[in-house]
Amino acid sequence: MPIPYRNEVWLLVFLGQALGLGDGRGPPPRSTYRLAASRRVLSFDGRVFMNDEKKRPTPTFHDSACAISHTTNCPLKCRKFIMPHAVSPDSSPTVGEDVTMTDDSAVDTMMDTSQGDEPPSAQGDHQKNEDLEAMFDDEDDDEFTASSAPDSSVPAIIPPQSAKFSDPEVMRAFYQRLFPYKQLFHWLNHSAVPNHDFQHREFAFTLANDVYLRYQSFPSAELFRKQCVAQTPSRFEIGPVYSTNPRDRKTLRRAAAFKPLSKELVFDIDMTDYDEIRTCCSGGKICLRCWSFMKMAIKVLDVALREDFGFQHILWVYSGRRGVHAWVCDKSARQLDDNQRKSIATYLELLKGGDNSGKKVNARRPLHPHIERSLAILREHFQADILQEQDPWLEDEKAAHLLSLLPDETLIKSLQKKWGSSSHRSSKNKWADIDDLASSGGGSAKLDPRKLREAKQDIVLEYTYPRLDAAVSKHLNHLLKSPFCVHPGTGRVCVPIDPSTVDDFDPLDVPTVTELLGQVDQYFKDAGEEEAADAAARRAPDWEKTRLKPYVEYFRGFVNNLVKDEQNGKRKAEGGEAMEF
Amino acid sequence: MEIYGYQRKPLHSDAVSTLPLYRSAPLLEVRLEDFERFAIDRLRVLKGISDGLSRGKKPEEIENLAIDLWKANMRHPDASEVVNKDIIAHFVLRLVYCRTEDLRKWFLSMETALFRYRLRHESAEAQRALMAEFDLPYKAVSTSEFESMKDKLGQVARSIGQPLTPADTKFYTVPFEEVPELVAGRRVFLHKGHAYVAMNQVVSLVATQFRSHLSKALILTNRKWTSSIREQEKDRLTPIVEALCTSYLGPDYSEPREFAEISIRDIDQIAMSSFPLCMRHLFEKLREDHHLKHGGRMQLGLFLKGVGLKLDDALAFWKAEFSQKVGAERFDKEYAYSIRHNYGREGKRTDYTPFSCQKIISSAPGVGDHHGCPYRHFSEENLRAALGKMRVNSRAIEDVMDKVRNRHYQLACTLTFEAVHGTSCDAGINHPNQYFSESQKVVQLKVDPVVV
Repeated sequence: MPIPYRNEVWLLVFLGQALGLGDGRGPPPRSTYRLAASRRVLSFDGRVFMNDEKKRPTPTFHDSACAISHTTNCPLKCRKFIMPHAVSPDSSPTVGEDVTMTDDSAVDTMMDTSQGDEPPSAQGDHQKNEDLEAMFDDEDDDEFTASSAPDSSVPAIIPPQSAKFSDPEVMRAFYQRLFPYKQLFHWLNHSAVPNHDFQHREFAFTLANDVYLRYQSFPSAELFRKQCVAQTPSRFEIGPVYSTNPRDRKTLRRAAAFKPLSKELVFDIDMTDYDEIRTCCSGGKICLRCWSFMKMAIKVLDVALREDFGFQHILWVYSGRRGVHAWVCDKSARQLDDNQRKSIATYLELLKGGDNSGKKVNARRPLHPHIERSLAILREHFQADILQEQDPWLEDEKAAHLLSLLPDETLIKSLQKKWGSSSHRSSKNKWADIDDLASSGGGSAKLDPRKLREAKQDIVLEYTYPRLDAAVSKHLNHLLKSPFCVHPGTGRVCVPIDPSTVDDFDPLDVPTVTELLGQVDQYFKDAGEEEAADAAARRAPDWEKTRLKPYVEYFRGFVNNLVKDEQNGKRKAEGGEAMEF
Repeated sequence: MEIYGYQRKPLHSDAVSTLPLYRSAPLLEVRLEDFERFAIDRLRVLKGISDGLSRGKKPEEIENLAIDLWKANMRHPDASEVVNKDIIAHFVLRLVYCRTEDLRKWFLSMETALFRYRLRHESAEAQRALMAEFDLPYKAVSTSEFESMKDKLGQVARSIGQPLTPADTKFYTVPFEEVPELVAGRRVFLHKGHAYVAMNQVVSLVATQFRSHLSKALILTNRKWTSSIREQEKDRLTPIVEALCTSYLGPDYSEPREFAEISIRDIDQIAMSSFPLCMRHLFEKLREDHHLKHGGRMQLGLFLKGVGLKLDDALAFWKAEFSQKVGAERFDKEYAYSIRHNYGREGKRTDYTPFSCQKIISSAPGVGDHHGCPYRHFSEENLRAALGKMRVNSRAIEDVMDKVRNRHYQLACTLTFEAVHGTSCDAGINHPNQYFSESQKVVQLKVDPVVV
């Protein structure tokens, strides 16, 4: 809960906008008027807080990270404080009840300061008032009804197409109009009525100024939405469900009473781990060629999680730049302890050793059924995606690594000779040379064809088998970026990937936040007057008007299946009698 | 006398096996000297297992070692007393090792290992009895199901070097969650969340149960210890209990010792002269790439702390490197926290101890990692090259490689130390910080020879 908006009615007003409010040109807009009359106002842009000191306790820092980042003037910078008495949201009155409270002095003070700062300019006022109205209506969204549909009187506050996606106003618009809160809530809550699964879940916000706020939690989807809109985090992460509300953790007598109980089993695959074998891009860049590494990883892991471990609800999510995340959401997966998570991660891990260990795959023979199945999947990709597209052994230095993975000294020597004479022989040819030379006597007499075949299998696996960031999977309390966040570097939304059509997924085609906001804008422009009046169309969530639609719908379908299973499980647990009726 | 805090019925006797489960403490009279002597005998066994593990020995080797140690140390002149000695020693050590998280962790893994090895030496009959005792959720695989799965099961069995014999048709299914070790090692066939466990693998099942029971019991014992026993026994058992664990753990280098305080200026020179290979490698990689992944930052960072690098210096040191790659601002945001964390200034504020050889050897560096023990994790060529760079002569390199081949990684490190410093190191290397302080002793001696 962003405490500023709770039982203490704090509001934020932009300095310039406050000027428009006070200069007497024309009647103030409806909502502004109401606010000025009824609320204490907190000036905010330019980050100045007004505080009614008689009534309000000094804000206390919420988190040690904050205290360190902003030892001075923290409230001015990071808007991150907590009222000691506002910890338990259930007991506090709703914002609406406070609206009658009047305190004009704060408004006056604020206007005084702002007047001095920036003289009003006539032509900007009208615009400012409009912005202000829009903004207040959104901040004032007390009756928010779990839908992200905005109030019908709100003019769109969508920044121009040219705006950068990291711009806080872009993020604010994104959180106001596009983020699928309802679906996210159902996903984490597993039913319609808010319960501990959602309420005791840790969220960690990364704010635009890189302050990292851990242990956030929310009583409902509405309040979650409010904090997102107010703080416009550049991204947020999802952690475990705790035994008590994470916001209350410091009030507990025994620290041990605060412990993580459950979380989805998660996997993180990042392209950096492929840097030594991908030739097309490096660092943060990706292209369709190297994206095939992710396709391979998804295929291999998805089938293993389903067939071997029996999980059914696996959500694959594009991480926004160059990797993918998996969230295994089955109840049994959420309840795994660290040791069990570790065992699954280790089962799925095949590549061993750091950069200095030489051969990274040393699979036992005969292959374990999981590895055998993976090899069958990966072999198809190896020819096209690796040999053809990546051409990993074109350079001599890389070819030397290939040689170091082969068993027979004589064979290695003959290959070396052959490749030395024709430089820049393609990987495809080099790969074929291995068998050709071996069968035409290029190897020593004791070269075991079986050993060679196995070594070649290991090489295929080294170049294709998923490279997990296993540490992420091993711990119950590891945080992972939420689906549908915006990647701050690329502006792309972290959309789900349907594993059944993973071959068609193109990361470079994933919509960016600015593109989506432009589409909402365009929708209202195209719809014109008559349709804009159509209440049903207005009420539909804005993501339906954009390219985000198929992704949210896929996610909704995924969540529905999950919730259905969850309910069935509960019914079974409650005993057979209920089923009889 | 009666050991305090023990109640309930005596154990053993009618059980099929001689392997007790230590479910409840015995109501026995124990002489004070036995109290201590039995515990030390058992500790020798556990310590032997621990050393074996840290040298990276194969499971079979450790198993034989453990059984031999057990036979050598846990004898009793009176045959009927053997089981009692076993039980008493176990419960005394529970008291000793219940008192901190680290002690509990060590005891838990060593006792579980010991239990596992002893269990494997029991008859199939006794093993089955123990399974029943723990009420395990196993389900026998029917003959028809076995026939349909036979190929896969046989494939897994051969891949772990235990091919099925015609008699081996007894399999159980258990939820995979129950057998994490078998899953992690891909030593079972998995299908739809069920693990197919061969009879000879039930040991893993039973050992897991044993571990979780013991883990809970240790927490309870700790509560009892802090709430009453320690105070009531302060003149009699408490001193023994407190002495028993310290005598065996050795220094943990959480506080920098003799050569406290090194400064950033000297660090390159010190790294050349006195860092063990694992730290030298990390250090050089850091200087080269201006970056290390998490495992490397932990291993090197805590080592440097143990060496005597102050927090401010540590921050400056890491920043100087990382900022070249990621920029100073990103360093402050993303990496500085974990360095302060290492020094106990963030999070739960634990002052973390530097990693021991055992921990480093058993770590599993992944792609792009540079931490771990070079003797274990480097390929032979890379290790030779690294040793050459340390100016270890070729004869010594052969000796080192010989130890490596036999998985005596710490001995390999000791030999390297001796080759580099030209002195013998009788104690052997078991902690990178110990390597460092031994090395500093030699170096200081060379700089200003002690005038006797």
